Amino acid sequence: MNRFDYIRPATVSEAVAAASVPGSAYLAAGTNLIDLMKGGVVRPERLVDVSHLPGLDGIEHFPDGGLRIGALVRNADLAHDADFAARFPAVAEALLSGASPQLRNAATVGGNLLQRTRCAYFYDVASACNKRTPGAGCDARGGQTRLQAVLGWSEACIATHPSDFCVPLVALDAIVEIEGRSGRRDVPLESFYRLPGDTPERESVLEAGELILAVRLPGTAAAFAGHARYLKVRDRTSYAFAIVSAAAALQIESGRILQARLALGGVALKPWRTRAAEDSMAGEITGPDTFRRAADIALADAQPSGDNAFKIELARRIVVRALSQAAVGTPKRMPALPASPFAAVSGAITYV
Amino acid sequence: MSFSTTLTVNGVSRTLALDDPRVTLLDLLRERLDLTGSKKGCDRGQCGACTVLVDGRRINSCLALAISHDGADILTIEGVAHGEQLHPVQAAFIAHDGLQCGFCTPGQIMSAIGLIQEGQTGHDPERVREGMSGNLCRCGAYSGITAAVLEAQLSFEETERKQVA
Repeated sequence: MNRFDYIRPATVSEAVAAASVPGSAYLAAGTNLIDLMKGGVVRPERLVDVSHLPGLDGIEHFPDGGLRIGALVRNADLAHDADFAARFPAVAEALLSGASPQLRNAATVGGNLLQRTRCAYFYDVASACNKRTPGAGCDARGGQTRLQAVLGWSEACIATHPSDFCVPLVALDAIVEIEGRSGRRDVPLESFYRLPGDTPERESVLEAGELILAVRLPGTAAAFAGHARYLKVRDRTSYAFAIVSAAAALQIESGRILQARLALGGVALKPWRTRAAEDSMAGEITGPDTFRRAADIALADAQPSGDNAFKIELARRIVVRALSQAAVGTPKRMPALPASPFAAVSGAITYV
Repeated sequence: MSFSTTLTVNGVSRTLALDDPRVTLLDLLRERLDLTGSKKGCDRGQCGACTVLVDGRRINSCLALAISHDGADILTIEGVAHGEQLHPVQAAFIAHDGLQCGFCTPGQIMSAIGLIQEGQTGHDPERVREGMSGNLCRCGAYSGITAAVLEAQLSFEETERKQVA
């Protein structure tokens, strides 16, 4: 790990001022950052430790059913908050399907949004990576591409975004509250991340020094609580990143879908919401025809970035399965294996 | 730059001078306080051998900067027994052969103590396995570990019932 200066600001404005200096990085729990620094993947000259900032570790519930999650709320605390899990069960399920209990106990909400890709070529400092060193090239192209992107990728970068949490968040219209030198602003999570294009080193819309203060979920998103799932296919049943995942949420009345929400994980450098697929389900009856059509629309633009065409069909199937399980209904209790597509579910799903 | 950090480790307050902010909580425990029970397995947050309780929560001490945990209350494997009397989770690991080489065991036991305190598993072996998935055991003692955690959990409930009665 490189040497660095350590700064512990007392207020948000002090933090923003300190982190606006080039070469600075924010430190919260450090579950991703310290790992990257140990590997020499990132080498910040100074760490601005925001983990002690007051007022950022609460969950505020609003009368309309929406809520505001402080950036320093720990992943485990959010997932196990009973009111939160009841209103946003797919988000809780996604949180509990990620990392390990120890990491979830430490990792923060803001840090989860800003975790870096798990692309092996980004992690391996002996490999060329445009994200690590702009203009260096991309050794992932033509390399091991099993876990790389099939949507929104560019010649410069085919990495994927690793977060589970962000997938249902983007489906449910989450808003990111940001504070910077020029004040406070709100950005929808859907437009928070950048696609790689020619500048894969620019991962989000954050400017130098900007700090995530909170994530908000609107009250309208709680209307999906009865029919919401997150499913994740991975190499191991737990403690593994998604090969492909899907968040599905439905509002159903008399067997007909009033509104649908759908987002994919593990397929692109951002959590991938697909509004055309959502719109295709409005007014339709729940069932395999509706869900398969939605899956086809969701993956219509998908292209393999190497030897990973299987992910496109896998994504279609996980979309159909997630929608089907959402239609059956949110489980009464968090599944023993959160987000596992292989876990037993209540209700018969015979067509996927 | 020099830093001072004060931690409570296994009930004892310790103030330490750090000449470098890079020191992890794990290295501080092992190298500065001679508490070598917490193990450095992968040193990257993947194996769980370094698991300790910080303010009652199990975390990977290898990914925690000591300087950032100023004021924290740390419990390590060295602090769980009462003299010669083993902690119930330690006793259950012995009773159920929840180990072979023993390298991962301190982390397993600290993780199990954290898991039981979190109270999310009930008596479901599947939930216990999922809840212990942050701790790898290359010897493959998983079935013994699961049995030990389930039994330790029961013994705690028994203790609580006795306290209530």
